[in-house]
Amino acid sequence: MELTVIWFIAISVLWTGYFVLEGFDFGVGTLMSFMGGRDSVDRRVALNSIGPVWDANEVWLITALGATFAAFPAWYASLLSGFYAPMFLILVALILRGVAFEYRGKRDSAPWRAWWDRAILLGSVLPAFLWGVVFANIVRGVAMDADQVVTASVPDLLNPYALLGGLTTLSLFTLHGAVFLTLKTDGPVRVRARRAALWAACAAVPSGTLFLAWTQLAHGGGTRTLPLVLIAATALVGGVAAAWHRREGWSFAFTAVTVLTVFAALFGSLFPNVLPSTTDPAFGLTVSNASSAEYTLTLMSWVAVVFLPLVLLYQGWSYWVFRRRVTGETVTGATVTRGEDRDGRPEPAV
Amino acid sequence: MEALELARWQFGVTTIYHFLFVPLTIGLSFIVAVLQTLWYRTGRHEYLQATQFFGKLFLINFAMGVVTGIVQEFQFGMNWSEYSRFVGDVFGAPLAMEALLAFFLESTFIGLWIFGWHRLPRGAHLACIWLVAVGTNLSAYFILAANAWMRHPVGFTVNEETGRAELTDILAVLGNDQAWSTYLHTVSAAFVTAGLFVVAVSAYKLWRNSHHNDTGVAGVVPPKGDFALFRGALKVGLVFTLAAGALVVFSGDHQAKLAAQYEPMKLAAAEALWETEEGAAFSALAVGDTEERYNPIDITIPNVLSFLATGEFDGEVHGMNNLQEAYEEYYGPGNYTPNVFVVYWSFRLMMGLGMFGVAFAALGLYLTRGRERTPTGKWFYYAAMLALPAALAANIFGWVLTEMGRQPWTVHGELLTAASVSPGVSLGAVATTLAGFTAVYGLLFVVEVGLLLKYVKAGPSHLVPDLEDDEDESRIPHFSY
Repeated sequence: MELTVIWFIAISVLWTGYFVLEGFDFGVGTLMSFMGGRDSVDRRVALNSIGPVWDANEVWLITALGATFAAFPAWYASLLSGFYAPMFLILVALILRGVAFEYRGKRDSAPWRAWWDRAILLGSVLPAFLWGVVFANIVRGVAMDADQVVTASVPDLLNPYALLGGLTTLSLFTLHGAVFLTLKTDGPVRVRARRAALWAACAAVPSGTLFLAWTQLAHGGGTRTLPLVLIAATALVGGVAAAWHRREGWSFAFTAVTVLTVFAALFGSLFPNVLPSTTDPAFGLTVSNASSAEYTLTLMSWVAVVFLPLVLLYQGWSYWVFRRRVTGETVTGATVTRGEDRDGRPEPAV
Repeated sequence: MEALELARWQFGVTTIYHFLFVPLTIGLSFIVAVLQTLWYRTGRHEYLQATQFFGKLFLINFAMGVVTGIVQEFQFGMNWSEYSRFVGDVFGAPLAMEALLAFFLESTFIGLWIFGWHRLPRGAHLACIWLVAVGTNLSAYFILAANAWMRHPVGFTVNEETGRAELTDILAVLGNDQAWSTYLHTVSAAFVTAGLFVVAVSAYKLWRNSHHNDTGVAGVVPPKGDFALFRGALKVGLVFTLAAGALVVFSGDHQAKLAAQYEPMKLAAAEALWETEEGAAFSALAVGDTEERYNPIDITIPNVLSFLATGEFDGEVHGMNNLQEAYEEYYGPGNYTPNVFVVYWSFRLMMGLGMFGVAFAALGLYLTRGRERTPTGKWFYYAAMLALPAALAANIFGWVLTEMGRQPWTVHGELLTAASVSPGVSLGAVATTLAGFTAVYGLLFVVEVGLLLKYVKAGPSHLVPDLEDDEDESRIPHFSY
């Protein structure tokens, strides 16, 4: 197999890994404000379920981008300059979200926490939606001239297929995050998260199925992507069914497979292009005209072969260390006495 | 006004802002690791308090460093797509390695450290903070190797057909003398900064403690142990600063010699030296005329520049006029002289502000010698608190010197800054994002400084109550969100 093809696969793996992992912490961020009353311990339980791992999950993005820069410089250049507005919004969202996670609990003040809760909500919903818009547009192709400069405007990027892609990633990540919460927490959050998962499924199943069908029919890689599309759709339904039956481990495994196969199908549809041009197919970027020279690709292959397993090992270990369910007691270090929320209503005992 | 100008401003603003947090992350991760090691080895309560107190401040700073770092990974592609296209083959490799080798290490183990206080055995938990410190240092090496390559490109060829740089020797890129020299200089400066952070915080606490008998929150009396703890921390900070300061001076001297060799124009601009001279003088104060290209006023110290640049008092140092002529001949017509005013003054401010902190550390160690002595004069505490912003500013001016002095190139001798910018990104788009980043960064700065002050004032006993016995594991506070 050619090195450029291997690196296309490697980049796909990094991006897909990013979405499988950060997908659920986007979902948890989206749902946190609905997991308990303002200022309640329940919100903290939701937040602490991703506390030890979200930062390392985000490094998958940094690695995916860094690897794209090294292996396909032209792809990196055209993609980031061409999707300027969504990339800027994603950046601002990730900045606010990351700071919010760290700072929310560092002042004992209800308005302080309320502001950071908004930042977490916005900072999770926005990238969850925009990454779908971006990747749908990559598969669909954008207006791009002979110098590989993307000329598409913001309204061009908001075409129906891309919007459906955004809706799919947003609802799918929300479902994935809800299922993660049912698996990783206990008490009222676990119960509410299951309800949230079923609600998210109402959006994720129709939009996901439609998006997968549209991708396969209009941009698909034929028999190369068909199995992936079928697995994705099956796993999605399976995940919802497992959530319904309170099989939490299974439902999380299923939603993880769904995210994985959705992105595998997108990358499979894209190949051998990396950023097609709708202006003239000849202007498009492919694995061969966007790639680095052989020396860099060989070098990076060795680096990846040696270090990626090591990373997986210790990142896996950190998940193992924090395998226990998070509860009000683990968060506060004390037995929680259920009180009233900010509006004076008694918190539901569930 | 062109998009190019604003893209440069955006790079300056976002990178300088990022670098307010980076030196503290590099240095404090190490200092916190040392404090926790002391606690691990001795079991003494004040070390646990110091670890958690400075650890908390470290985390508040760390979060900002992480999120502002993400911008850097996007920015090359967003605003500098032609640069990315040209250098990706060479420049992308260390960036990808940085993510894979350093960022994963740092982010995974910081999570384990924050949330692992009660879940990991003490030794394993201690190892986590050390791995974070290793990760931050590794990350610094890779990114500085990439930056050094822009100033002294090695280990590559330019492909005639594609017009792109191609990597031929990664060991040359990673073993670039400009890379390790810059690494030593930057990381030792980071340790000076972090040392002075500890000094400034400790000085503040001691001053409130002895002059006001409060913690900084009016009327809240500090516990007795605080005085000994912060006197100890002050000395730890002073020792760190002075030791690292020696390394800054040594590596800075090497940096000047490398500049003379690889970037003579930068050195000439930093010294406002217009004509090539043998036995060149060090400029103490120059007022230059950049139109006529000479200095009407220049107060100098004879032969010192030649010595700094070449190691010999009568060595030859190239002047800007001669270099400009030579470059025009070699690269074609154009202006190859950087902004002399900015480069000249950033060099002086870097040295002056940096030396202030290091000199203060030497003085401070003298004034706090022995077991009991603490300075009583107000000036000492004010100077200690001022040394921190001075050190941060010295870091920034160092980068302004490095990056502005490289102009008009992004990759010295290979690619001009004007040819690096994204052609498809409009002035309006760059202006919008510049305004957006500036607003968000400004807001977060206020929030961050406010939080740091809050935790400094609250003091260590707020985090770790005075325990009789640390062996009672369950009473060691854990960090969580």
